[in-house]
Amino acid sequence: MASQPDFTAIQAAALRSDRFRLEREADWKRLEAIVGRMERGRLRSLSDEDVLALPVLYRTVASSLSIARETSLDAATLAYLEALVQRAWFIVYGPRASLGSWLRRFLGGGWSASVRAIWLDILVALAVMVAGTVVGWLLVAGDSEWYHALVPGQFADSRVPGASREALRDTLFGNQDQNALAAFAAYLFSNNAQVSILAFALGFAFGVPSLMLLVHNTAVLGAMLWLYHGAGLTLDFVAWLSVHGTTELFAILLSGAAGLHIGRSMAFPGQRSVMQAAAEAGRRSAQVMTGVVLMLVVAAGLEGFARQLIDDTPGRLLVGGAMLLFWLAYFFAFRRRGEGGEAP
Amino acid sequence: MSSTAALPGRLRYGNRDRVMVTPEGIALPLTLASRGSRAGALMLDLIFVGMLMFMTTIALLWIAGGTLDLIAKAEQPTAAGHALQFLFILWIAAMFLFRNAYFLFFELGPRGATPGKRITGIRIAARDGGRLTAEMVIARNLLRDIELFLPLVFLASASDGGDMGAAGIAATAWFLIFAFFPFFNHDRLRAGDLIAGSWVVEAPKRRLEAAMSARDAAAAADARPAFAFSEAELAVYGEYELQTLERVLRENRAEAMAAVHAAICRKLGRPAEETGDHRAFLEAYYTQLRARLEAGMRMGRRKADKFA
Repeated sequence: MASQPDFTAIQAAALRSDRFRLEREADWKRLEAIVGRMERGRLRSLSDEDVLALPVLYRTVASSLSIARETSLDAATLAYLEALVQRAWFIVYGPRASLGSWLRRFLGGGWSASVRAIWLDILVALAVMVAGTVVGWLLVAGDSEWYHALVPGQFADSRVPGASREALRDTLFGNQDQNALAAFAAYLFSNNAQVSILAFALGFAFGVPSLMLLVHNTAVLGAMLWLYHGAGLTLDFVAWLSVHGTTELFAILLSGAAGLHIGRSMAFPGQRSVMQAAAEAGRRSAQVMTGVVLMLVVAAGLEGFARQLIDDTPGRLLVGGAMLLFWLAYFFAFRRRGEGGEAP
Repeated sequence: MSSTAALPGRLRYGNRDRVMVTPEGIALPLTLASRGSRAGALMLDLIFVGMLMFMTTIALLWIAGGTLDLIAKAEQPTAAGHALQFLFILWIAAMFLFRNAYFLFFELGPRGATPGKRITGIRIAARDGGRLTAEMVIARNLLRDIELFLPLVFLASASDGGDMGAAGIAATAWFLIFAFFPFFNHDRLRAGDLIAGSWVVEAPKRRLEAAMSARDAAAAADARPAFAFSEAELAVYGEYELQTLERVLRENRAEAMAAVHAAICRKLGRPAEETGDHRAFLEAYYTQLRARLEAGMRMGRRKADKFA
């Protein structure tokens, strides 16, 4: 670190701008040392005084730069100050270092606030999902060949049109001794998470592909609903599905709505520029999406364990309904006092 | 934010240079990262992620191999089966994290850059000059899935067996649209940057203070005014020439200084001595010209170059 330049050196300097520089050089060097250490990731080696001094020094050096631009023609000093202010700016306005505090803010209101902020998109996505289910049902009811077109092969093992009631019933009950439950759950989570990230990211194309993805996924649901309805197992099927479905479908609903939110903001930016609108919507939706991944972890756990372990319809309905109530309450009833929408 | 008119002419402003205004109201010059360095950074990161995935897979397979040996010997196969299952879960979780969390983890750090970006000297920043938030980093990295991973997976499955059908063409088109997205907008944003409100800039280089090389000598020159210039002689040049002279003095190459010395003497109408201390002459002229121009600045008079 540079020692304070002695008084005579300052006086000896011929130019006023050089004297200005010599008087402030120590602060600049100190800021450079602090910033350099933070850039190399050595936060531990910084003393408390240095950490506290950082914002003050940043403003000092920034004001030095403003003054130097008006009074000095020393190109090297100006370039140095610009680089230094920029480096310090990256640190001072960088991401908040603590992931923990971000998570606390996120769970304690940030997430539900951004979910509430996209309520209109959620309603639209919900309508689309209901419509998709109805379409799936109607298509299969009209021509059962549609079933094979809609339902992917992995679900169509014994669950095909014309299967006996017993065969269908067996798919819903009595799978407790499945060994690979946990692994299955992990696989489901990874798979579902990628699907909902896709639903979100496709919102970029003005939201249309997000909606199509929702329609396609719920059409499968409608087709299977029709199949079980035909065997008189509607309630049992709904209960079987609801254990994890209330969480999972809610998560898919949110990711579709998040994608739609981006698409809608880009298509109708209002007073803002398209770029700005996209950025604002993107940030809000990213928060929703982080939550969606968390919900899918919960859903995979419920699907892998609870659904196979609870083997009766009322119990399954109870779990599924409780989860739905929990999410609704968390998103729409849980508000922090004085919370002003988006976190700063 | 793209107006470069108000900038000092001191720096060469190309089409990659932008001005960002900090919350304190100070305009800072930024240089956008070149597309080449961004592509290079992405390649490096993908290689790192691939290596991490590969090594994790090998390590888990090795452990699994040991567990299988145990199953062969042990009387209780169920316990070992559970262990295998656990390894499988671990593998799925690790792959998910490497794919999605690698970029998040590094870009949320104080350097705002993944290892690949750090090597190529670039980093991410908020486009509006404000704070880079966690939401921005999350949004820009979630979009990476449709920009890169999805079309590549799609392409791999579509071109399975050697023939590229309509699906292969669609996947290629998809991939190309996003890959060339940075070529079709002013700020070289990829789709993720657009959604997140971020951009990728060159990390400021560490320019150490080499300044004031002129000072000591100038002070000395002041002490013995071997070269004194009249007001008229100093009025010839402006800021642009001053800074060119500064660069020449810093580079300190004899032939360049001789050439500049000759040019200045010609301009001032002084007899150019072939021999003699060119550097002392130039330093004295630099100091006195700067003193004059800076005095003018304080009075609100600026002279951009010799034509002004």
